[in-house]
Amino acid sequence: MSKWAKRIYASLIFLFLYAPIIVLIVFSFNAGKYSGNWEGFSFRWYQELVDNSSIMKALYYTLTVAFASSIIATIIGTFAAFGIHHMRPVKKTIMLNVNNIPVLNPDIVTGVALMTLFGFVKMKFGVSTMLIAHITFNIPYVILSVLPKLKQLPQDALEAAMDLGATPWYAFRKVIFPEILPGIVTGCLIAFTLSVDDFVISFFTTGNGVTNLSIAIFSMARRGIKPVINALSTIMFGTVLGLLLIVNRRTGDLSELDV
Amino acid sequence: MLRRFSALPYVIWSGLFIIIPLLLVAGYSITSKDLETGAVMFSLENFQKFLDPLYLKVLWRSVKLAGEATIICLLLGYPMAMILAKMPAKTQRIAALLFVLPMWMNFLLRTYAWMYILGKTGIVNKLLMALNLPTVNFLYNEGAVLLGMVYNFLPFMVLPIYTVLTKIDPSVVEAAEDLGANAITVFKRIIVPLSVPGIISGITMVFMPAVSTFVISALLGGGQFMLVGNLVEQQFLLVNNWHFGSAISMILMVLILISMAVLNRYDTSETTGSGVSMI
Amino acid sequence: MKKFASLLLIFVFVASMLAGCAGGGEDQVTLNVYNWGDYIDESILEDFEAETGIRVNYEMFATNEDMYVKIKQGGTKYDIAFPSDYMIEKMQNEDMLHKIDMSKVPNYSLIMDEFKGLDFDPNEEFSVPYMWGTVGILYNKSLVTDPVDSWDILWDEKYKGNILMMDSQRDTLMVALKKLGYSMNTRNVDELEEAKQLLIDQKPLVLAYVGDNAKDMMMSEEAAMAVVWSGEAIQVMTEMDGFEYAYPKEGTNLWFDSIVIPKTSEHVEEAHMFIDFLNREDIAFRNADYIGYSSPNTGAVEQISDELKAMSAAYPDMSKLDNAEVFLDPGSFIEEFNRVWTELKAQ
Repeated sequence: MSKWAKRIYASLIFLFLYAPIIVLIVFSFNAGKYSGNWEGFSFRWYQELVDNSSIMKALYYTLTVAFASSIIATIIGTFAAFGIHHMRPVKKTIMLNVNNIPVLNPDIVTGVALMTLFGFVKMKFGVSTMLIAHITFNIPYVILSVLPKLKQLPQDALEAAMDLGATPWYAFRKVIFPEILPGIVTGCLIAFTLSVDDFVISFFTTGNGVTNLSIAIFSMARRGIKPVINALSTIMFGTVLGLLLIVNRRTGDLSELDV
Repeated sequence: MLRRFSALPYVIWSGLFIIIPLLLVAGYSITSKDLETGAVMFSLENFQKFLDPLYLKVLWRSVKLAGEATIICLLLGYPMAMILAKMPAKTQRIAALLFVLPMWMNFLLRTYAWMYILGKTGIVNKLLMALNLPTVNFLYNEGAVLLGMVYNFLPFMVLPIYTVLTKIDPSVVEAAEDLGANAITVFKRIIVPLSVPGIISGITMVFMPAVSTFVISALLGGGQFMLVGNLVEQQFLLVNNWHFGSAISMILMVLILISMAVLNRYDTSETTGSGVSMI
Repeated sequence: MKKFASLLLIFVFVASMLAGCAGGGEDQVTLNVYNWGDYIDESILEDFEAETGIRVNYEMFATNEDMYVKIKQGGTKYDIAFPSDYMIEKMQNEDMLHKIDMSKVPNYSLIMDEFKGLDFDPNEEFSVPYMWGTVGILYNKSLVTDPVDSWDILWDEKYKGNILMMDSQRDTLMVALKKLGYSMNTRNVDELEEAKQLLIDQKPLVLAYVGDNAKDMMMSEEAAMAVVWSGEAIQVMTEMDGFEYAYPKEGTNLWFDSIVIPKTSEHVEEAHMFIDFLNREDIAFRNADYIGYSSPNTGAVEQISDELKAMSAAYPDMSKLDNAEVFLDPGSFIEEFNRVWTELKAQ
């Protein structure tokens, strides 16, 4: 494929992905309250954001649970993928199907079922219940991201390393792990994304004043989502973009050694 | 040793938080509550209820839409994954992250933004009017729902395929070319088969959630379609019939797991040992 | 890479610890308040905490049904909630509500008499009205040339593709039932079937069945008319000119969001204090001013701007509400409503 065809195609796809984001960012500067009505340029929503403690609290919980659940899910999921990969066919099929269940179930079913479970054991609803729920729906995506990379490896890579004298753990660390790392990173990324954006499951598994950004936004829908949210989203977007550029610049030199 | 116990934490976790809730749902599905007395008893009436043509139509529509969305994601996503995999390492990482970044903005907000872009008086139509072209009704039809699904799930298709493509050994490709294969043959016979595990993961992560989604059809579809996701939500919340809602979920689950099993027959990478170099 | 990973792990642990400790100050009484999103002036909560020393944990829900499931499930001991009319009746039927001792809520006297003893709480024992409104037709004056005074206009071919209906079972079925002259709380399957057929006939004319973004769509002229709650109409009309809100002559739905004390409450005394506080003249006014919907509190209404008082969408002439009905809990009949709705959607 010609270079230009590739460039155009990639640009179109990115444009498709970012079109709504651009709209969101533009409207964060809308002087008016409703997105049906552009009333001029204004910073008022950014100022309001600073005062709005309940949204800040929601943001705090969102990020905390997202970071914690995606990291824990990645750790459990990576080891699980490794284990599942080496299981005998019957056990493997069972585990893979069990793994699929949170992915295929409508959110409401997962949310309500977990809520019932937590209620049954009389757990106090809050960060811990929400965290458990998030980890539960994140792990399958980690496994689904890591498994293909494991399948790409030669069957006996681990044995070969151990024949040469490595302990199983050393072999895993130095041989398997670097190869499946892209899958792990992808899995972690997807997990984080799902966690940040989850509403239904979070709603039914939280309580006692713990909320998250999605719950705050969805519950605002009846009254109209205030552009304060747009302002927050824009700041989040800008921050992540900025961090990305910085990190990439700093580690850029090392990556040249790759391939 | 490592192999045997690696998955143990997850086995325990899934037992607690996937199996037990699943048993709860299954339990609800095979019981029903007599509305007068409140007594709960075994009954398969929930499953029978679903066999009504009304509900089967809803199910079929959902599966069809999800299938179409998955195919579109695959067709659009595979080339994108290839492009990503061929980028210089530094750009690759940024590009992959940029791909996922939009999904960190709240889903409801992004969907509302699409409505603003595609509405009758939205950005695209305003552009068309400025160019003296006729306006198009983009929203409130199946096409809009499809667009919403593709928009939402495309990254889930691209990323697993991309991670697999990054490690396809170029020397295998070279060897094929030396033996006289042209680009198309190389693609068909070497690259695609080697990327099958990624494709399957991608399909899994798109098709399954797509079948049970409901917000997209409510907003972009203008509330005109009832999909299985809407139906389940309705049963659990509005009608408060957790029994019927659970039965629908069980049926959905079985159907999807069967189709996934069929799909996994195409994954022959186990037996070939993949033949890809490692270091 | 390794350092980064370990730093991240440390962050995760620390954050989880902090999150766990978020519920500090165990001695302080804390009220768990459960409300719709953006449905209170949050500075009022701060003032309440300052005046009484009672902390407020504020959580939000998106629909009555979501709220019902969470309260019934019991994981959080909610002290105050703001359900709508039919949901209050349902919760009462399931014994989920605490009786409110009106003697502990002296400011209840400020509630308008017309709104005391409503159908869903005839003995004024379980709820105190918070906000109220109606359902009507919001229309764009420049796009709608005919007079709008009846539900019929929503079936007018002239406005094909310019009509927005609500993506809400009860509300849309209500429109059809009222148009046919039936009660919106009917338990008659034949009447329901007639209503269904009417709606199926209407479907080709409807642009979309919308949830909450009717406001945005009307303001960007996606449609000429929409069935909306009066609160939404008020929001649109205060933002932009050129709109009007009509009360169809066949009658409509009169809705209430009221304050209740769920039985799960462990601080019933303090809950009463909170309700009384919300109904204090100055507080009720601040709240009504912020939310912009119609307040049932006379003390608040007195201080409302003349502009808003004159808006018939907000404070109509009570005679307009003669044919209005309040939603009642349909009980098991909801299955019929549901079936009809599913059939409509599956067309």
